[in-house]
Amino acid sequence: MLFVGVVLCGVAVSAAFALRAFNENLLYFFSPTQVVAGEAPTERVFRLGGVVVEGSVVREPGSLTVEFLVTDYANTVPVRYTGVLPDLFREGQVAVARGRVDSSGVFTAEEVLAKHDENYRPPAVAEALEKGRAASGQ
Amino acid sequence: MLGLPRWFHRWASPPHVYELAERWRPWLGGLALLTILGGAYGGLVLAPPDYLQGDSFRIIYVHVPSAYLSMMGYTLMAVAAAIGFVWRIKLAHAVAVSIAPIGASFTFLALVTGGIWGRPTWGTYWEWGDARLMFELLLLFLYLGYMALRASFEDRDKADRVSAILAVVGVVNVPIIHYSVEWWSTLHQGPTIAKLDTPSITFDMLAPLLVMIAGFTLCFAWLVLNRLQGEIVEREHDARWLRRFAEAVR
Amino acid sequence: MSEFLAMGGYAPYVWSAYGITLVVVLLNIWTARRARIRPLERLARTADEARPRRQPTVRQVQ
Repeated sequence: MLFVGVVLCGVAVSAAFALRAFNENLLYFFSPTQVVAGEAPTERVFRLGGVVVEGSVVREPGSLTVEFLVTDYANTVPVRYTGVLPDLFREGQVAVARGRVDSSGVFTAEEVLAKHDENYRPPAVAEALEKGRAASGQ
Repeated sequence: MLGLPRWFHRWASPPHVYELAERWRPWLGGLALLTILGGAYGGLVLAPPDYLQGDSFRIIYVHVPSAYLSMMGYTLMAVAAAIGFVWRIKLAHAVAVSIAPIGASFTFLALVTGGIWGRPTWGTYWEWGDARLMFELLLLFLYLGYMALRASFEDRDKADRVSAILAVVGVVNVPIIHYSVEWWSTLHQGPTIAKLDTPSITFDMLAPLLVMIAGFTLCFAWLVLNRLQGEIVEREHDARWLRRFAEAVR
Repeated sequence: MSEFLAMGGYAPYVWSAYGITLVVVLLNIWTARRARIRPLERLARTADEARPRRQPTVRQVQ
């Protein structure tokens, strides 16, 4: 019974430590507000996540370099990336970029991933929704 | 500790459960096959493609049922192990032992199909540091740890008792997996059907998913019954009532 | 049919996910069935060995 108790305590304590470490260090991505406030690391690579601003995606002609704005609707960070974007990278959807911020506040990404939401619908329904939104003037 | 009612002991007796399993197994198997075939047809053919993901979204019909079973299986395993530990019911331990390899295989499937789905949608197979992915991987290690721990004991009773502790402690991981997408910023999207507000999926896409979840669950039950019967024979090999079944396989 | 197999350009992803699922489920079915039948066969074998063998009747030479 003593052995059982010791094992139990050991597992519980290590789980608690793992969770704490996870909460502090392995936060998957930072928001634009955190980056603007200087909470994101400046020395090392980190991930920035937010909605790609509609109409902000600019492709440099003749290269794979693309620039866009990432927002959390409070603050906005400009991102610069050279490479292939994932299929689901869209304006108005969430993107997660890994890279670092330079002194001018531009985030230079080494990798850009797309985060999709939990909504699934057929193309016809999506189109109808889009039309409805346009008609109601939103 | 509170005693269990007498009917439970009678109901959970090895001969009774073995006989029930023998009777239900063929029906469960047939029903599972039909449901999965129907669900796969619905998911691959009848369901429309997603407006954003196109046909890659169809991976949901194997990914979500596997992920659901990985968590449901662990919960059942932990409950069975706890009942076995507290009331010293050997049959409950046998249930936990039977679930472990099956649950591990569905956890593996959830991870692999999720990775395959992630490549065309997110742009990556795997992201170290994503909370949902990390805790699902931990679930696989919990299943494997449970099996490895059991294998390290010669004595079956001791293996039952010690492995039950690991199973019960590890169950905290199940709600963590479920809420990980809300507690941490993750690449993985939020829950689609396991929430109460507005539906996030249209009916023609949802129906095959629900059929597939039912089919996978029936298949899981069939698999557990098979392994449980084997486990009962291993544990009761001296029992008289087993002779009839042993005669039949000769 | 070929349009169905092409899966809108996502064929490698969709079919590999479904294929791996099929393989894992079939392996599960095979190992679970074996886990049920093997112990019964072993039991039947040990029961045979435990049963007293019928002795060949020795006829006395007359």
